[in-house]
Amino acid sequence: MSSTVPASATTPDAPHTPAKSRKSPGRRPSRSWAAPLLLISPTLLVLGVFVYGLIAANLNTSFQDRHTRAESQGYVWFENYAALFSDDTFMYSLRNLLLYTGAFLLGTLVLGFLWAWLLEKGVRGESLFRAVYLFPMAVSFIASGVVWRWLLNNAEGDRSSGLNRLFGDLGLTWLQNPWWTHERWGIVAIAVPAIWQLSGYVMALFLAGFRGIPEELREAGRMDGCNEWQLYRHVLFPQLSPVALSAIIIIGHMSLKVFDLIMAIAGQTNYTTQVPATQMWVEFTRGDYAKSAAIGTVLLVIVAVLIVPYLVATYRQERRR
Amino acid sequence: MTTEALPAPVQASRPAGTHASVATRTVKYGLLLLFLLLILMPAYVLFVTSFKTIGDATPSRAWNLPAEWQLDGWRRAWETLSPALVRTFSMVIPAALLSAFIGSMNGFVLSKWRFPGADLVFTLILFGMFIPYQAVMIPLVQLMQALSVPSGVPSLIVLHTIYGLPITTLIFRNYYAGVPHELIEAARVDGAGMLRTYASVMLPISMPAFVVVLMWQFTSAWNDYLFALFFSNSRNGPVTISLNFLASGQLQDYSASMAGALIASVPTLVVYILLGRYFVGGLMAGSVKG
Amino acid sequence: MRATHKSLAMGLAALSLLAVSACGGEDGGTGGGGETQEVEVFTWWAEGSEKEGLDALVEVFTSQNPDFEFVNGAVAGGAGSDAKNVLASRLQTNDPPATFQAHAGAELTDYIEAGQIEGLSAMYEEKGWNELFPEGLLERLEQDGEIYSVPSNIHRANVVWANTAVLEEAGLDPKASYASLDEWIAALEKVEAAGKIPLSVATDWTQVHLLETVLLADLGAEAYSGLWDGSTDWAGEDVTAALEDYQTLMGFTNTDRQSLDWQDATQLVIDGEAAFNVMGDWAEAAFATSEKTYDTDYVAFPVPGTDGVFDFLADSFTMPVGSPNGEGTEAWLDTVASAEGQEAFNKAKGSIPANIEAETADFGPYQQTAIESWANDEIVSSVAHGAAASVSWLTDITSAVAKFGSNDDVTELQEGLVAAAEKHASS
Repeated sequence: MSSTVPASATTPDAPHTPAKSRKSPGRRPSRSWAAPLLLISPTLLVLGVFVYGLIAANLNTSFQDRHTRAESQGYVWFENYAALFSDDTFMYSLRNLLLYTGAFLLGTLVLGFLWAWLLEKGVRGESLFRAVYLFPMAVSFIASGVVWRWLLNNAEGDRSSGLNRLFGDLGLTWLQNPWWTHERWGIVAIAVPAIWQLSGYVMALFLAGFRGIPEELREAGRMDGCNEWQLYRHVLFPQLSPVALSAIIIIGHMSLKVFDLIMAIAGQTNYTTQVPATQMWVEFTRGDYAKSAAIGTVLLVIVAVLIVPYLVATYRQERRR
Repeated sequence: MTTEALPAPVQASRPAGTHASVATRTVKYGLLLLFLLLILMPAYVLFVTSFKTIGDATPSRAWNLPAEWQLDGWRRAWETLSPALVRTFSMVIPAALLSAFIGSMNGFVLSKWRFPGADLVFTLILFGMFIPYQAVMIPLVQLMQALSVPSGVPSLIVLHTIYGLPITTLIFRNYYAGVPHELIEAARVDGAGMLRTYASVMLPISMPAFVVVLMWQFTSAWNDYLFALFFSNSRNGPVTISLNFLASGQLQDYSASMAGALIASVPTLVVYILLGRYFVGGLMAGSVKG
Repeated sequence: MRATHKSLAMGLAALSLLAVSACGGEDGGTGGGGETQEVEVFTWWAEGSEKEGLDALVEVFTSQNPDFEFVNGAVAGGAGSDAKNVLASRLQTNDPPATFQAHAGAELTDYIEAGQIEGLSAMYEEKGWNELFPEGLLERLEQDGEIYSVPSNIHRANVVWANTAVLEEAGLDPKASYASLDEWIAALEKVEAAGKIPLSVATDWTQVHLLETVLLADLGAEAYSGLWDGSTDWAGEDVTAALEDYQTLMGFTNTDRQSLDWQDATQLVIDGEAAFNVMGDWAEAAFATSEKTYDTDYVAFPVPGTDGVFDFLADSFTMPVGSPNGEGTEAWLDTVASAEGQEAFNKAKGSIPANIEAETADFGPYQQTAIESWANDEIVSSVAHGAAASVSWLTDITSAVAKFGSNDDVTELQEGLVAAAEKHASS
């Protein structure tokens, strides 16, 4: 997983932070700010350049007339963006990206939640189930793409192979489908391996969430006469919404960056699995730097829509501490 | 979804639950096993195909056991991938260590030796974790050229270290936030400076966070394809690049590709098997976070 | 105190390491033959007959130049698309191999414009290579009065390969020749009725390959060549008609094409699952590897409507700017140009020599027909293989064709092709 983020990172605050730092002397202005600033300054400098500086440089490139490997021909400002948004193929790839993200989110959340729920109260062999459910996330998309490329082979009928073959052998011919070569829904097939890889991760998040709920809450629920279902529905599930939010943030931002998996399964020229990241790569390889940079910026904006509100919320929360 | 949705009879005492819970448990284990099989399905195909002869390894026979078990695919994959594996190790290990150490110092500063605006700085650092690297790639290629960092392992060490910093900083910061301030204060009272406090108080208790961070960095750098594609090639790049070329070759050598996919996944799987407990345990106990 | 120092040292070590790796790149590339005696040859000949050809060429090279050590920089992947990406990034990062393979012709334009390869006209003059290659070929290699590469072999793109057994089963005469696409389409219908795949095709670039031969068949050699210099209108009705024929042909192809590369599509013909396959004559080697006999197990003929036209492409080798080993590059180019090198290479690869002095008497029966056509036919340049249009133009054509592959919309395909031509004809 090239860009997985540990859940711990983004799980909103657990209940054990309050007050303790309030009057802690550590918070009073320290003797000197120079030392901490000095220690962190290399990171700030490097990230300032490699994140913010390069975003600006990329924006700058995207405003120019630079469509070959030769030097830039001057500024055209938003022309490259206008061209992108009037290009059917780019709109199609944006649509694909949203569809993929929707399927990926839905799949991982549903499966991850279901598995966590099944394991929640402790079952025999829990560690085995957990390990198996979790293992695909250790594998790269490139490695898993090798086998999924096979499983998602789109031949049907006599020449079918992979999953279609299995469906045929099991008498489930109606399940046979063209997978990722379908013009409208092909991209959803790419979400299948992605869901396979990351549902276990979401399960681990939810499981941590379930286990983090104090036993007293359950007791209290039972006291109030809740049956098991009501207990889940009204007492436990609501406790998990912060976990679900983190899962959405993590899976969502990974999903918007999808690239490896498509390269491994369908390749860069295949039309039905175009997303902005693959187009960006194609434009880069032929030297259309301005268009490539513009696609990169569009991706950044899409991710920012998801991430910035979350970061702002986190920031506010930190300030309150 | 339906198992527990059945309105269970009065939950108050054990005896009422018994026969319902037998049914529930059967369904529960049935589902768990079903998912277990589904998850293992691709692994099964990878495994059996890697032992097949070239003629036997065709998609239409994906589900059959090998007609004849043989190791040629593994040998061919090993020949192609072993130099790349060496390169990947020499790239991933320094990158993971560097970003972990720098991240732990950052985390210390941001949680325990704060300066005005530390929260804002932290938030800005955090943003770096989420950006799609496509949004910096074009100027990044130019910048790395301008700095004349050789393509391949050196470039990738630099990149994985730098772009790993936000997440390592975050994990350490959250981890250190849980360390009682009294410990820091005690060191201060003894007259220890910032670095001394870090080294004598924080570092010794940082092992669990280091395990998690190193694991993440190791896995994400190992599995990276995007940076590898832009900053290396199959002759000086990591195993993901070599594997993709092996798998998308014209004479599709399926048994070698599948064996290669397994070989390329062994290091990260070993890390998960050996250290996964810390990871999952850390996640579950919430101990990694503040 | 010691602890402070230790941690400080650790921190500094970490940072300085970073600084070292960020600034210490002056010692040249890590990957490609840093030592002078190594000659890294970058190709996409990693497998099958292409690799056999390369091996044969290397043998000649090593015997001619015992001082140099050949380093194989081959990168696998359909029609070199992966290799080209790798190469682009290496050239970008000033880490060029000693020499790299490129299709001769328009494909070189990008490298020339980016100042990444050296002109070789002086070397041609000095070494007398101008006498080794046919004049028509040299003209096609020339860009703005300069030659930039040394051709190693010639391939023909407009060839149909057919399985005789499948044809007979469908009630067709394997020896029949088809004067036009329409006649051929009638034959495809018969194969379909017999329950086999009439025409096998693979992923996007092979579809471009098929399209190019259809354009050639319907427009004729002159108008086809005009597509690339602006004298034929992409929006014209004759192009529309050709695209409709292409649509008809695609209707006869296997549905799993996107999962396949050319080898798999050709294999469908070899295995008797498909009747016909349009592929360049490198497919000959695939039949040979499967121990099939020309004229009995399989037949090959020009794509209907293109008889008398040789849709050519050539592989060639370049001298990158800043080659890590200039002498080594020159030695390699020498071997490539030599009759001896071309004989060994082409015999194994299944192509025909570009060098007119090469001895071809013991080449295979298919190759003999190609050699004869090369000498007598009208020659046009292939687009799918970089001879007719720049890489960037081909990228746009490929994406239009890939889109058609999923939506089957001729109007949109033509619009895409027109837009691509407008974009690149002007630049």
